[in-house]
Amino acid sequence: MKEFLLVYRADYSFMPDRTPEEMQAMMKRWMDWIGGIAAQNKLVSRGNRLESSGKVIRSDSTVTNGPYAEIKESIGGYSVVKAESYDAAIELAKGCPVLSIGGNVEVREISQM
Amino acid sequence: MQEPALIPHLFRTEYRKVIAVLCKRFGFDQIEIAEDIASDTFLSAALNWGIQGIPENPVAWLYTVAKNKAKNYLQRKATFTNKVLPESSMQANTITQPDYEIDLSPQNINDSQLQMMFAICHPAIPPEAQIGLSLRILCGFGIEEIADAFLTNKETINKRLFRAKEKLREEKIPIEIPAPEALDNRLASVLTTIYLLFSEGYYSISNNKVLRKELCMEAMRLCYMLVENKHTNKPPVNALLSLMCFHASRFAARIDKNGEYVLYDDQDTSLWDPDLISKGAYYLHLSASGDQLTKYHLEAAIAYWNTQKGDTPEKWENILQLYNRLLQIEYSPMAALNRTFALSKANSKQEAIIEAEKLQLSNNHFYFTLLGELYTGIDNRKAKQHFEKALHLAKTITDKQTIQKKINRLG
Repeated sequence: MKEFLLVYRADYSFMPDRTPEEMQAMMKRWMDWIGGIAAQNKLVSRGNRLESSGKVIRSDSTVTNGPYAEIKESIGGYSVVKAESYDAAIELAKGCPVLSIGGNVEVREISQM
Repeated sequence: MQEPALIPHLFRTEYRKVIAVLCKRFGFDQIEIAEDIASDTFLSAALNWGIQGIPENPVAWLYTVAKNKAKNYLQRKATFTNKVLPESSMQANTITQPDYEIDLSPQNINDSQLQMMFAICHPAIPPEAQIGLSLRILCGFGIEEIADAFLTNKETINKRLFRAKEKLREEKIPIEIPAPEALDNRLASVLTTIYLLFSEGYYSISNNKVLRKELCMEAMRLCYMLVENKHTNKPPVNALLSLMCFHASRFAARIDKNGEYVLYDDQDTSLWDPDLISKGAYYLHLSASGDQLTKYHLEAAIAYWNTQKGDTPEKWENILQLYNRLLQIEYSPMAALNRTFALSKANSKQEAIIEAEKLQLSNNHFYFTLLGELYTGIDNRKAKQHFEKALHLAKTITDKQTIQKKINRLG
């Protein structure tokens, strides 16, 4: 089994105001999705969710509000899963609720070295 | 109490107290001697009481005899060290008025039992040996009873206990409550053993119903001792006790008069023990402090919802989310299967079927039982195929009976 990092990205600034019921429903979708991966014994770490704002330090030592001014979407969180192959890892990622709000999941194999 | 039952009863309750105190006093180096003295004490009781009748205070009688036997032993040993070994040795001079008294006060009994619990459940001792030693030393079970519980013979158990005692000596495991900084880790190991002990009784394949219930009761008693002590009364301990109370509340309902298992859905809920359910809720409440969320907390909360009668969306949604979290802490095939069942109740059977097929637990009969359940009413032909696979994989008669019932229901 290899380990893969799943990075969840979405344009959080364009997120429409959601009702508490919608928030609740979204939360449940995340919980059920992560629970489903854990039930297959393929969850290494549920990872973390990230705050929407951040800072970027550049090589000239300047610090900007980040992450990137030119890209609207930002990283909302990450998890680590295990899978036999890229294809299997992608199969796991396909159920991710971030896809339903126009976001994307980046799948990266974790180097064992 | 009936006279013939008195000695076995006292043996169970008093043997473990005497042995804990003597072990603590003598150390694991002389655990066999401690066992001999404790056993001799009960042998004396059996002989004397048979002839002279049962004394007014049988427990006090047992303690006096045990104390005297231990005192004799300590004196003989001291004589050997002081007199038989060269008198000129420096060692002999340092021994002044040794104390041969054995403290069998309730406080010392309790302390010794707790200390023994930590020693026996030391991570260096293999789990199987921990269970055996716990049953023998902490619970006062006879070798035959332990053999019966594990469906094996006395010889195997004796060997297992012998090796476990060797290990206690080799590892020089101290008989003490661990220091505060080490307590949480060591406590986790004690709780694992208590939970295994409980599960052994609750799910065991042994047909001895009385014995199985006693195993569960003993596990609860040990956990209760931890709750009663201010050093060990931690949230996970309360969570485990709560979990066991909830499970135990269904003892009477889960086995019918023919000794067959009654499925959860078919249980006569009037047989659930309301007293144990409210105790479970009490300890669950006490467990909800601190910042540690253990699997016992989650399992106790699941067990709480299972004591709620009827199928409400709220109940199944809560159970589903608890399993989602439990699986993130510790994966187990049973939790994965139960989570998928909860998913079918909280979301839909269709969604659960898709999730179930991802589990691929294809050598587990519970897996095919679950698939059979999920397909029932959706595709009965497939349901039957899955149940038949389950029947083929099931090993015990009880499991086979349960599955056969489900097949029969499909018609």
